[in-house]
Amino acid sequence: MTIDLDPRIPGGPVHEKWARRVNDLGLVSPANRRRYRILVVGTGLAGASAAATLAGLGYQVECFTFHDSPRRAHSVAAQGGINAAKNYQNDGDSVERLFRDTLKGGDFRSREASVYRLAALSNAIIDHCVAQGIPFTREYGGLLANRSFGGAQVSRTFYVRGQTGQQLLLGCYGALSRQILARRARVHARREMLDVVVRDGRACGIITRRLVDGAVERHAGHAVVLATGGYSNVFHFSTNAMACNVTAAYRAYKRGALFANPCFTQIHPTCIPLTGEHQSKLTLMSESLRNDGRVWVPARAGDSRPPAQIPESDRDYFLERRYPAFGNLAPRDIASRAVKQVCDEGRGVGPLGRGVYLDFADAFGRIGEEEMQARYGNLFEMYQRITDEDPRCAPMRIYPAAHYTMGGLWVDYDLMSSIPGLFVIGEANFSDHGANRLGASALMQGLADGYFIVPLTVGDYLASSTSVAALDETLPEFAAAERDVRRRLQRLAGLCGDEPVEQIHRALGHIMWERCGMTRGAPGLVSALDEIAALRERFWSRARLGGGASVLNIALEKAGRVADFLEFAELLVVDALTREESCGGHFREEHQSADGEAVRDDENFSHIAAWQFRGVGAAPALYREDLAFETLQPTERSYR
Amino acid sequence: MNVTLRVWRQAGRDSPGRLVDYRVADVHADMSFLEVLDQLNEQLAQRGEEPIAFDHDCREGICGSCSLMIDGVPHGPERGITACQLYMRRFHDGQTILVEPWRAAAFGVIRDLVVDRSALDRLMHAGGYVSVNPGSAPDASTTVIAKEKADTAFLAASCIGCGACVAACPNASAMLFVAAKASHLALLPQGQPEHAHRVIAMVEAMDREGFGSCSNNYECAAACPKSIPVRFIARLNRAFLHAALTSREFARPPPHAHFES
Repeated sequence: MTIDLDPRIPGGPVHEKWARRVNDLGLVSPANRRRYRILVVGTGLAGASAAATLAGLGYQVECFTFHDSPRRAHSVAAQGGINAAKNYQNDGDSVERLFRDTLKGGDFRSREASVYRLAALSNAIIDHCVAQGIPFTREYGGLLANRSFGGAQVSRTFYVRGQTGQQLLLGCYGALSRQILARRARVHARREMLDVVVRDGRACGIITRRLVDGAVERHAGHAVVLATGGYSNVFHFSTNAMACNVTAAYRAYKRGALFANPCFTQIHPTCIPLTGEHQSKLTLMSESLRNDGRVWVPARAGDSRPPAQIPESDRDYFLERRYPAFGNLAPRDIASRAVKQVCDEGRGVGPLGRGVYLDFADAFGRIGEEEMQARYGNLFEMYQRITDEDPRCAPMRIYPAAHYTMGGLWVDYDLMSSIPGLFVIGEANFSDHGANRLGASALMQGLADGYFIVPLTVGDYLASSTSVAALDETLPEFAAAERDVRRRLQRLAGLCGDEPVEQIHRALGHIMWERCGMTRGAPGLVSALDEIAALRERFWSRARLGGGASVLNIALEKAGRVADFLEFAELLVVDALTREESCGGHFREEHQSADGEAVRDDENFSHIAAWQFRGVGAAPALYREDLAFETLQPTERSYR
Repeated sequence: MNVTLRVWRQAGRDSPGRLVDYRVADVHADMSFLEVLDQLNEQLAQRGEEPIAFDHDCREGICGSCSLMIDGVPHGPERGITACQLYMRRFHDGQTILVEPWRAAAFGVIRDLVVDRSALDRLMHAGGYVSVNPGSAPDASTTVIAKEKADTAFLAASCIGCGACVAACPNASAMLFVAAKASHLALLPQGQPEHAHRVIAMVEAMDREGFGSCSNNYECAAACPKSIPVRFIARLNRAFLHAALTSREFARPPPHAHFES
């Protein structure tokens, strides 16, 4: 089956496109909206804001989360902030500039029209969140405070101490709670989506597993919205929460939705280094620390003196040296690679030699202990608790870790996937971040999608049919999807080898990190394909898990997610192998300049790579959406 | 080091539960408490036994999933953290550690260490928000809020909804949880229009859900992983009294205005 990959970008100049689209949207009248049922999967920033807004418009919304409460979605862990082009700091910011920074930050691999819309909606998001009572950090005069994030030369990041994601999520959760009281929305907690049901080429429902007792359920809806997050846990060690997974998106892919740019993954430079194999995950130290922290390593390899005994002359502040214009606030992909490089040169610090210093000594001297405590106190405590070292006395040690995925299900300008009726928002779609996301842009995108875009475009989709279809969960497509889900669960529950699932996940992470992590080379990628296939085989023949499928079984949940990662990883590697250029977080060793910078190939790769499922282990089919730049011509992305 | 975990095992809501001792060897001081549970579950899988069910996710102390009573204290012996932020360097070799689920009338045990905290969600449904629809807000800088007020509102808003306060309270009261949400919004101008209604509706919901009353034991604040101070309860009591005396008519839910009106 071939697919017409039409992004349906409206005509007109870039700053008028969204307004034009809104004017042309089909509408469902207020009295008719309650006749439509919309299924929203995931309750993070994107999902909860979409669910609340759709319910507020009058649709019947059914919401699904694998947590026990919508408030626990992983958006809760976002620390740093949310960007908006308010220009409250009078430092020359504008929608235009936020648009350009984001497009350049993504290394010109995102859709210009979508990025512009994101920048243009950013201000309304802040207005709305303030009206919700989000306690943003303020100046003494009572106005909103801002700070800087990587890849920008203005201060446009709004924040709530180090807990911006939590507070914004509580805002969405509150909005959703209000709709629940009004009986327009319902939350199905402790449910994991395990399949999408497609009939006559349109999404018409989902299959879920009720985690408390293993019941497999059918849910029919007139439209399905996936807001199920990213797939960083394919690397096993990541900053994502333990349960973050690719399952919902991957199921949709297997049912025909195209998966775009899976190789665009973000490695965040400032995480607490790994201490040993016993560790279950890595912890991020907010990028905001780079506002005041200076990154350095000893100038000489093998210098094992404690940091305090290394004089200035023997230190290499390598980010400031290589990127003087942006210094310690170079974008994430660039900073991460620079860190890897100095560690590869043998100049890394810490017990395993995979770490660099993030030093606050200058800042303590410049702005004082009290102010530093106010700005970063919670981060310092977090660091100390984990490492047993006090960053107020000695510099932090940090190292890059998998953090965010720019790739995701392909969507058109309306955020609809290649399956009509299936919308994808937030990190789960291939998004507006191109090949690299700038700090504080994920929260912005999740809320733009959920509060302002998808509630309108879902209405347009519903309005395109002349009658309201009856919802019927007894259709053969539901029965078939349920049968597939049950079969797979039984197969998982029956695994009785001798190897823990965790160990196989760790092995997968090792392959992905070494072969397809911060840098990627063709020989490594080719061997990764064999290694992944072998590991998948090992999983199904040798994995073991206890407990059955009809009870609350956290081992079974984990095994299902790992099984999907073992298939999905192959797609990620195929995409990385096919994209013969370096851009953003995708750095192919074969494509770099003499001084180690990424070399993009606009002639051959100025496109979105969207992949179609052709069977497990079979080569997926590639569709290309060519990128057109009308406003800003791609240039070499320099932060020097 | 080696430790013994004495863990509450319970197959389902209505099944009887019991404490079972598990010896865990090769525990590293840098491991988190949950990583020891992971290791134990790997051992159980090897032996073909049922894994111990426990709620967890972010492992950074922010999602609020953790709900472990460790040696009789919610989130364990260290103050101001969740169980996922507890490291084994706090324990000694050979120690026996008691691990139980939250125990409260409003929180039923689902399995092992997993409890049903949906009652906290229903408290939020009763009024834990400002009623505002996207698109209708004025410019964010229109309202000036003193930094101190905004910071205090944030302190109240930093609640992660884990339920430790309820588990710690001898009456299994949710006063600190409700007080934190009501105070967060009461401290901000945006929360004023619905303030009286919110306070009454949330307190009534608390009674309805089977949470106990507050008798000033302050165990809640001592157990709170975000160190939310007990003074917010005093603020809630004051607000409730005021609302009950002056605005009783708001006890009924307000008619929900439709989006289009």
